[in-house]
Amino acid sequence: MTVHVYDSRTAEIKPPVTSVGVLGWIRKNLFDGWFNSVLTVLVLALLVKMVPPFVRWALLDSHWLPSGSGCQDAQGACWSIVTANLRFIIFGFYPHDLQWRPLLAMIILVALLFYSRNRKHWRYALGWSWLAGLAVMGLLLRGGFFGMAVVESTQWGGLPLTLLLAVFGLTGAYPLGVLLALGRASRMRAVKTLCILYIEMIRGVPLISLLFMSSVVFPLFLPEGVTVNKILRAQAAIILFTAAYIAEVVRGGLQAIARGQYEAAESLGLNYYQTMRLIVLPQALKIVIPPSVSILISAFKDTSLVVIIALYDLLKTTKSVLADPRWMGFSAEAYIFLALIYFCCCYFMSNYSRRLERELDTGL
Amino acid sequence: MSDNPPESGHPEAPIIEIAGMHKWFGDFHVLQDIHLKVARGERIVICGPSGSGKSTLIRCINRLEMHQRGRIIVDGIELTNDIKNIEKIRAEVGMVFQHFNLFPHLTILENLTLGPIWVRKVPKKEAEETAMYYLEKVHIAEQARKYPGQLSGGQQQRVAIARSLCMKPNVMLFDEPTSALDPEMVKEVLDVMISLAREGMTMLVVTHEMGFAKSVAHRVLFMDYGRIVEENTPAEFFNHPQHERTKLFLSQILH
Repeated sequence: MTVHVYDSRTAEIKPPVTSVGVLGWIRKNLFDGWFNSVLTVLVLALLVKMVPPFVRWALLDSHWLPSGSGCQDAQGACWSIVTANLRFIIFGFYPHDLQWRPLLAMIILVALLFYSRNRKHWRYALGWSWLAGLAVMGLLLRGGFFGMAVVESTQWGGLPLTLLLAVFGLTGAYPLGVLLALGRASRMRAVKTLCILYIEMIRGVPLISLLFMSSVVFPLFLPEGVTVNKILRAQAAIILFTAAYIAEVVRGGLQAIARGQYEAAESLGLNYYQTMRLIVLPQALKIVIPPSVSILISAFKDTSLVVIIALYDLLKTTKSVLADPRWMGFSAEAYIFLALIYFCCCYFMSNYSRRLERELDTGL
Repeated sequence: MSDNPPESGHPEAPIIEIAGMHKWFGDFHVLQDIHLKVARGERIVICGPSGSGKSTLIRCINRLEMHQRGRIIVDGIELTNDIKNIEKIRAEVGMVFQHFNLFPHLTILENLTLGPIWVRKVPKKEAEETAMYYLEKVHIAEQARKYPGQLSGGQQQRVAIARSLCMKPNVMLFDEPTSALDPEMVKEVLDVMISLAREGMTMLVVTHEMGFAKSVAHRVLFMDYGRIVEENTPAEFFNHPQHERTKLFLSQILH
C-alpha cells in the first residue's frame, strides 16, 4: 500500500504561459481551432475595409456648424442637420421659449431613473418620489400654474413625448400583465377564460390597428361633445397591447415554480395573496427578467408607431426636418442621430436588467 | 427512549381523528377506509412500500390533498370543502417535505420569520428572536444570513424543520424527511427529530428509518395498497409482525 503525502509546494506550480493572461485569452477566444482562426482573420479584414472610411465620413470630412454651409458639396457627413434642428427634433412644436420646461421634466426623469438603479434605494419613499416626480413632470409639460403658460398636449412632441409614452406605458403594462398572468393561471373558470380571451385577442392584432382603433373607432362610441385626449388614447393602446405580451412571459415564469414552493407556503398557512406576493412572484419575475426586458425594449421602440395617428414623437419630428428642402438628402445623418438616442435608452434598460439578474441571484 | 405512550382513554380528545376516510386520484383508489386516532404527544411512524398512500395520508391531514369520503378532524375542527380558515389549521400543523422546499429567494432567517410575521402577525423583531432560538436548536444559527442554495442538504432539512417549529405547531408531519439526503447527512436530521420527540411534540413521520422508529415511535403503521395493514408498538411490529405482507416488507428493508 502506498501512502500519498501531499506536498504544499506542488500547489505553487504555475499553469503554462500560453494558457493565461493576454496570450491565453487570444488563443482561447480568437484562434481556438482552424474554424475560429479563419473567422477571426475574415472579421479583421472586414473591419480594416470598413472602419477607416466610416471614420473619415463621420468625423474627419464632416460638417458640424448649424449654418449648414459647405454641406452641399462636402465629401463627409453633414451633422449640421442635427445641430441646426436639434431643438425641433427634441421638442417638436413645443413653444420655443418654454422648452426649458420639458427639458427640466426629462432631467427629473433621468435623475429618478439613475437613483432607482441602486436596489438599496428601493424604499417606500422612492415610490412616493416617483409619484411626485411624474406629477411634477406632467405639470411642467402642461403649465397653467405659478404664472406658467398653458401648453396644450397637441403641441407636445419629440423626445419628451416618446419618453412619456414609454415610461407610463411600461409602468402601466407590467402590473397589468402580471395580473393577467395570474388570472390565466387561476383556478376560477370565469377569470381564466376572460384573461385568455383578452390575451389572445390583443396578441391577434398588430399594434398599428390598435392605435388606429384608439384614434378613429373609439371616439365614435363616445357621447356627443365628450373627447378623450389623443395622447391618452394612444397611451392606453400601448399599455393594453404590451400587457398581453408581458402576461404570457410571466405565465412562463409561474410555470417554472415547483409545486413544492406552493405546498411549503400553504403548509405555513399563507393564503393565496400572500403565497403569490411573497413566494411565487418574486421567484417567477426574477426568472423572466430577460424576456420581459426584451418586451419592454421592443415596446419602447414601438412607441414610434404613434406617428400613424399624427402624434409628433421623436421619429416624426426627425422626419419633418427631412421634409424641409434645405435638408433633403441628409437623412442618413438624421437617422443615425435618432438611432443613437434610441440605442442609449435601450442599452440602459438591457444593461440594468443584467445587473438586476446578477444581484438577485441566490444560487438556487 | 424510556417514556411510555400516552395512556389510552386519555381524558383529552385526540388531536387528530380520521374515520372511514377514502381518497381517489381520478379512478385510482389511493386511500381506503382509513381509521386513525392520534393522541397529543403521540409519535407515529408510517412505513410501507412506495405507492402505498402513506405520503398522501399525511398530506390529507393539512389538506394539501383533499379526501372525498369520511372525516378528518384536526384539533377539534373538521376538514371539509367549505372550510373557511384552512390557513389557521395549516398554521397549527407543521410539515417537513422530502425535498425541503425552502424558499430559495429568501435568507435562512427570512425563511423562518415569514410564517410568523404574515400568518401569526408577530412583530419582526420577536419573530427573528424566535427564529434564532430554533436555529440554535438545530445547530445552524451561524448560517442565518445565508441563502438556502449555499447550504448542504442536511442543513437545508434542519432549516426546514426549524421553519415549521417557528409557527409553534401542535403537530408535526414529516414526509420522508431523510430520503433525499446523502447518507452521511441522515443522522444530523434524525438527531434533530429525536430531540424534538424528547420534548413531547406530536409527530407523524413517514420514513424508512427503522432505527428511528424503534427508538422514538409509540406506534408503527404499515400501509399497503391504500390501507393500514398493520398497526403495533415498535417492539411487536419488528419482532412479531402479524401479516405476511409486513414480514415480506421487513425482510426486504432489514438485511
